[in-house]
Amino acid sequence: MEWQEVLINLLRNKISLLGIFIILFFVIIAVFAPWIAPPASPRDPYMIPRAGWSPQPKPPNEEHIFGTSENQYDIFYGIIWGTRTAFRVGLIVVGISTFIGITIGTISAFYGGMVDEVMMRVTDIFLSMPFLVAAIVLTTILGKGLDNVMIALVTFGWMSTARLMRSQVLEIKTEEFVEAAEALGASDMRIIMRHVLLNTIFPVVINASMRMGSIVITASSLSFLGVGAPTGYADWGQMISFSRNWILGTQGNALQFWYTVVFPGVAITLFCLSWNLVGDAFRDILDPKLQN
Amino acid sequence: MINYIIRRLLILPVILFGVSVLVFAMLMLVGPYQRLSTYIKSPAELKTANLDSLVEKYGLNDPFHQQYGRWISGVLKGDFGWSETAGATVTEAVLQRFPATLELALLALIPVIMGGINLGVFSAVHHNDPWDHVTRVFSIVGWSIPTFVFGLVVLMIFYGVLGWFPPGRLSVWASDIIRSSEFVQYTHLNIIDGLLNANLKVVGDAIRHLVAPVFSISILWWAYILRITRSSMLETLRKDYIRTARSKGVKERVVVKKHARKNALIPVVTVAGHMVLGLLGGLVITETIFGYQGLGQFFASAASQLDYAAVLGLALYFGFLLILINLCVDVSYAIIDPRIRLE
Repeated sequence: MEWQEVLINLLRNKISLLGIFIILFFVIIAVFAPWIAPPASPRDPYMIPRAGWSPQPKPPNEEHIFGTSENQYDIFYGIIWGTRTAFRVGLIVVGISTFIGITIGTISAFYGGMVDEVMMRVTDIFLSMPFLVAAIVLTTILGKGLDNVMIALVTFGWMSTARLMRSQVLEIKTEEFVEAAEALGASDMRIIMRHVLLNTIFPVVINASMRMGSIVITASSLSFLGVGAPTGYADWGQMISFSRNWILGTQGNALQFWYTVVFPGVAITLFCLSWNLVGDAFRDILDPKLQN
Repeated sequence: MINYIIRRLLILPVILFGVSVLVFAMLMLVGPYQRLSTYIKSPAELKTANLDSLVEKYGLNDPFHQQYGRWISGVLKGDFGWSETAGATVTEAVLQRFPATLELALLALIPVIMGGINLGVFSAVHHNDPWDHVTRVFSIVGWSIPTFVFGLVVLMIFYGVLGWFPPGRLSVWASDIIRSSEFVQYTHLNIIDGLLNANLKVVGDAIRHLVAPVFSISILWWAYILRITRSSMLETLRKDYIRTARSKGVKERVVVKKHARKNALIPVVTVAGHMVLGLLGGLVITETIFGYQGLGQFFASAASQLDYAAVLGLALYFGFLLILINLCVDVSYAIIDPRIRLE
């Protein structure tokens, strides 16, 4: 299938169209964040402003339309600027880890033999620890902070792409047009770039789209557990960790602090949902088994 | 198939060695003084000697391979160091918490697998009609809600509002019973122990505490298994032998349940390894939210308190556990699906 055809199918499909709309919505929020929620100090816009020092969250009011969270962090501000954090973490981690995965998978499959064996065993070793556990270990060791979270997520996030790419390239390697290019004397680099990569890229793109959601969830899980973003940083996971101590409300009013979990929870769920919707529709369009 | 299993067994030591090197390399990223906790056997050691002499004693300034050799020989004997979080050696702490996690994981597997497969078959049988869309939307949404959001909402509603499913592992009165002298803890799995001691109250209390975490884990994995079962079921339902069965006049219900479902389940087995991987990771979040004292909660609190000994010990432990589970999955896959043996 050609690029244009896939794109048209994606725009015709209601499910992926919904996903694309939600993604665009978040893009707009991220781009216009300084206007939607003007930072108190322009030098450090990612630190959520505090409206006082009392620990107990306060419900939505005119000044703080989503209310304030534990220690008076403004929830609305945190969600708006958290969108930027989510995009930054998602795009950087998915981008770099996909690139590493493509490189390793392609080299492994293209050259085969010992190279393949060694690279795939290294992949197996990295796959032997649960992703979240491995990410927590490395972040704990490197120290708190978003940069370290991203390093940890990239270090343990490239393997699925590598495996996928390897199986794709193995399949395409025996095709006649690749053999023809080889017979014509094209260099390895040219064959990989022009003939192999272009014909194997779609499943990798689907994989990347689905991973946007899961990477953002994992990054915020780290912040939720207190090993990710520094305290007060605009990060959805951290916003939700602020709600943990208040989740049971007060005597007789269990839902008193609902806004501390619901607003950031909806933001992160919608964000992940949008990427999964697009990835899911994408997969259906490209899956020959499902075509009638 | 024998060849395949032998090959897997030959690779096993390589992978185990690789994982230990990987974990040790991460440990080496922190300074010698911070690494001390992974070597000592009790905190008294830190008080009696000065730190420099301890660093000297354990050779923490030696080259990488020498330190690795010393560390791995300790690890093989079960020495992972002293955990400040648990107030015990890492090995003791792990052994103490393992039954709780095992109980939760085993109990979660039943609804996860049964629910996921049935939803997938249901969705495939209703291919492209409204029911199919409903189950699929449900599954994508379920896959998109982070465990920590869903878990907190479950806690808020089912404990805060309704008071049905309390957090923790047992109520105070129930833990008093299991610690009493009349109650014999055979397995440390509360449900089984309760049954063996014929104490249904304890069983009931243990189950009451497990419902919410199990539910929070299930919702995520239903989506995942549904997706795989559905697409493999759709593929199977188009096979010739299904058409033959239908044209012979076999009832649709029998075709689906007896002919199609069995073969459609093969791909589900392949992802079992992947699932266990995610499940173990998910337990870290779930146990933390529900205050369930298992390995996951221990890991999370150790990480937030920079307890390197416990964090790395658990990472290694999770890694080894996972490698063994994956080996079992691969071997059972080879047994179930004859086609794979030919490769």
